[in-house]
Amino acid sequence: MAEDRRLMKGNEAIGEAAIRAGCTAYFGYPITPQNELTAYMAKGLLDRNRTFIQAESEVAAINMVYGAASAGARSMTSSSSPGISLKQEGISYACGADISCVVVNVARSGPGLGGISPSQGDYFQATRGGGHGDYYHVVLAPKSVQEAADLTYEAFDLADEWRMPAMVLADGLIGQMMEAVTLPPDRDLATLPPKPWAVGYQEKTGRPFNHISSLNLMPAELEKQNIERFKRYDVMKKKLQRHEELNVDKAELVLVAYGTASRVALGAIQMAAELGIELGLYRPISLWPFPEKRLSELAAKGKRFLVVEMSMGQMIEDVKLAVNGRSEVLFYGRCGGMVPTEEEVLAEIRRILKK
Amino acid sequence: MELLYGHPKSLKPVLTKYCPGCGHGVIHRLICELIDEMGLQGRSIITNPVGCSIWADLYFDFDSVQPAHGRTPAAATGVKRVLPDHLVLCYQGDGDLAAIGTAEIIHAANRGEKFTTIFVNNAIYGMTGGQMAPTTLIGQKATTAPYGRDPGAPGMGYPIQVCELLATLGGTKYLARGAVNNAANIRKTKQYMRKAFEAQMRGEGFTLVEILSACPTNWGLQPGPAEEWLETNMIPFYKLGEIKNTLEPVAAEGGKK
Repeated sequence: MAEDRRLMKGNEAIGEAAIRAGCTAYFGYPITPQNELTAYMAKGLLDRNRTFIQAESEVAAINMVYGAASAGARSMTSSSSPGISLKQEGISYACGADISCVVVNVARSGPGLGGISPSQGDYFQATRGGGHGDYYHVVLAPKSVQEAADLTYEAFDLADEWRMPAMVLADGLIGQMMEAVTLPPDRDLATLPPKPWAVGYQEKTGRPFNHISSLNLMPAELEKQNIERFKRYDVMKKKLQRHEELNVDKAELVLVAYGTASRVALGAIQMAAELGIELGLYRPISLWPFPEKRLSELAAKGKRFLVVEMSMGQMIEDVKLAVNGRSEVLFYGRCGGMVPTEEEVLAEIRRILKK
Repeated sequence: MELLYGHPKSLKPVLTKYCPGCGHGVIHRLICELIDEMGLQGRSIITNPVGCSIWADLYFDFDSVQPAHGRTPAAATGVKRVLPDHLVLCYQGDGDLAAIGTAEIIHAANRGEKFTTIFVNNAIYGMTGGQMAPTTLIGQKATTAPYGRDPGAPGMGYPIQVCELLATLGGTKYLARGAVNNAANIRKTKQYMRKAFEAQMRGEGFTLVEILSACPTNWGLQPGPAEEWLETNMIPFYKLGEIKNTLEPVAAEGGKK
């Protein structure tokens, strides 16, 4: 079959990838800058006789996801930062009940209502279990429209495999820009992994009842459940750490950036190369689990790091944890919807290196 | 020998945690009797609320989903859309439905979601220990309305008549209010529930049965006097009967029984 290659907005590519991944139930609420995604899902799912609902709120949308996912559907919601805050209650419940779903955050700037321009200020919320209680979930950060599609597609598989929400953390720039994208194949719904834990079709299988719940009022039992969940997290940390690296062996200074900021960092690295300055790039793709293993190796080799973020500095805490005091970790960030320019980052590099 | 009356198959043979005189046990039983009579035990899913009936999954012998407080209609929406041929029940108390979950119930009803809400109205917060509910009557005392509910200067608002509120919405097909304070009302309530369940399985639209139910513990009454209090105080304000019935003729006739 010929390659299915199109020019698409990031938001639309995420929608198309989700549909192709077998998403049969999407619930959303309007918020900028992810509105094209909700509109894309409306047409895409209604045309396929799948479930689309424009919910009355983000809170309702994530709870519709909770219900649809409990019934075994590949279910998704999307929003942007303030809306994702509202969904955190539901995400915590989904983690506590061990159900699979996909949440897309096309992030904007904050705090509060903030602005609608791209930001990476939601890193803490995404990677620290943004709701109440002890939990984590998968977080993937695309740098391009292509990767937004690929990671969304994969997020459904990871969510099913690990029985938890998988979040795609993009930003307004990834969502709004157009790039060429090669689309993944349509999943045959009949081939999706079975979910024996889901509710429904009890009479067909003859199994005992299934209860989907995050409630446990017995402290000893709840502790045991949480410990079991953290054992799963440990396995995930071994298997799922993912990053991309460039020239980290040769360079003495390595830029660490994800998503949109990594594109800016790459541009600055290329400009620096023309000046004869050799730099490396370390781009986390999985934000949780954070790709700390390789970063730790690089720290042991004495590399210095410059973390570039579209925030006041959030991922830098994970970098510092991985480096653990063995080398210097520097920071350059813009926030409030400001995207740093390659020139600004280059100027910071030259200041650090005194070149 | 034919068994005329026994423990419903869909209801586990366990003691409940409910207080003496609480209506939840009777309502659970009515749900299970109907599920058994309709042959739907293997095709029923209940979404439990947060409140005293948070433990419903200990008692029902069929699938259940436990969402967050007030979000039950949203979760039931998700379940029912994925499993349209299942009986999906959304079990809610007055705090869950008429306070924290007001947006969810109104919009699920307005979309005409094809599940049935069992709305247990006991005019008080039970599990948290007797706070004022949206359905607490004027003058009724609660821990957070120590001098009685007063819509005047203290600004405690008015009790919400949920069926009447929802009746204006296009998506609602059947809204009825029953009570479980005596045998006659229990039988009538079961008839309302049957109509709602059957309408759901025909895919007609949103159905809700509100059930007035006693909470002796938080009303500060013995079970007997609590049933009398319900009769003399709640029923005059929360009128029993079918508040809205726009079901297709087959359902309006009340089915077989």
